[in-house]
Amino acid sequence: MYTWIHKFGSPKHFYRIAGKVIPWTAAITVILFLYGLYGALITSPPDYQQGESARIMYIHVPAAWMSMFVYMILAVAGAIGLIWRIKIADVMAQASAPLGASFTVLALATGSLWGKPMWGTWWAWDARLTSELILLFLYLGYMGLTTAIEDKRTAARAGAILALVGVVNIPIIHYSVDWWNTLHQGATVTKFDKPSIHIDMLIPLLVMAVAFKLYYFTVVLVRARADVLFNERRSAWARDIVAKVKL
Amino acid sequence: MGGYGLYVWSSYALALVLLLGNLVAARVHRKKILQDLISRLRREKSS
Repeated sequence: MYTWIHKFGSPKHFYRIAGKVIPWTAAITVILFLYGLYGALITSPPDYQQGESARIMYIHVPAAWMSMFVYMILAVAGAIGLIWRIKIADVMAQASAPLGASFTVLALATGSLWGKPMWGTWWAWDARLTSELILLFLYLGYMGLTTAIEDKRTAARAGAILALVGVVNIPIIHYSVDWWNTLHQGATVTKFDKPSIHIDMLIPLLVMAVAFKLYYFTVVLVRARADVLFNERRSAWARDIVAKVKL
Repeated sequence: MGGYGLYVWSSYALALVLLLGNLVAARVHRKKILQDLISRLRREKSS
């Protein structure tokens, strides 16, 4: 395992392996999105209380899950970069930030679009919504901080520390619906007993969630791969690759 | 969409815009880096 990490942590192998992985994850992402959308928009039943507006769930919930998942990647990769000085980890963290911020925007915006017809308001200063908004500010702060600092190593360290401090917000988002009285409904999928959601809604929801996750991995690898090539531009393997590229 | 069409389709449209936008941005990012590295290599060779 450790040697595997080191091998994958070497920029040259990362570049090569990522290049092989990307077409596959991209293809599977497209297939899952098509299947997931078919389920979300056509075969799944309307909700017995919320009617057709519940179809927003198939975007909103995966986006919200991803907003937290990508933040954990940011924090864990940041910690790996801080402790073991593995440069790929810093590259992955920084390539993840714009995607994580986008998922957060999507979760907030679709939440608004769902809240308006169901709760009668676009926004409420409620625990779940507010903690998710703080998540967006953490992402934006991270992106601002890492791009503002010229020195790459210092930028990565500052970003990692910010990301790690912000981790405290993740359990707050998750448990906010239990800890406080909120407008937002409680957990329906991640419950220890049976999820309280119909199987015809659960399957497209999970397919969409996996599609979002693979989409993230595909795009983050495209970005990280380019950054790795730039960082390693002085090494022989990177120069070989650049010499062969045709644009 | 039972009267909720505007809300539902706006959600799906925004998702499409954000996901495609990020994909395009990543590809543009990669292309810019490659162009930069290619011109660096050329400059080195000519000097």
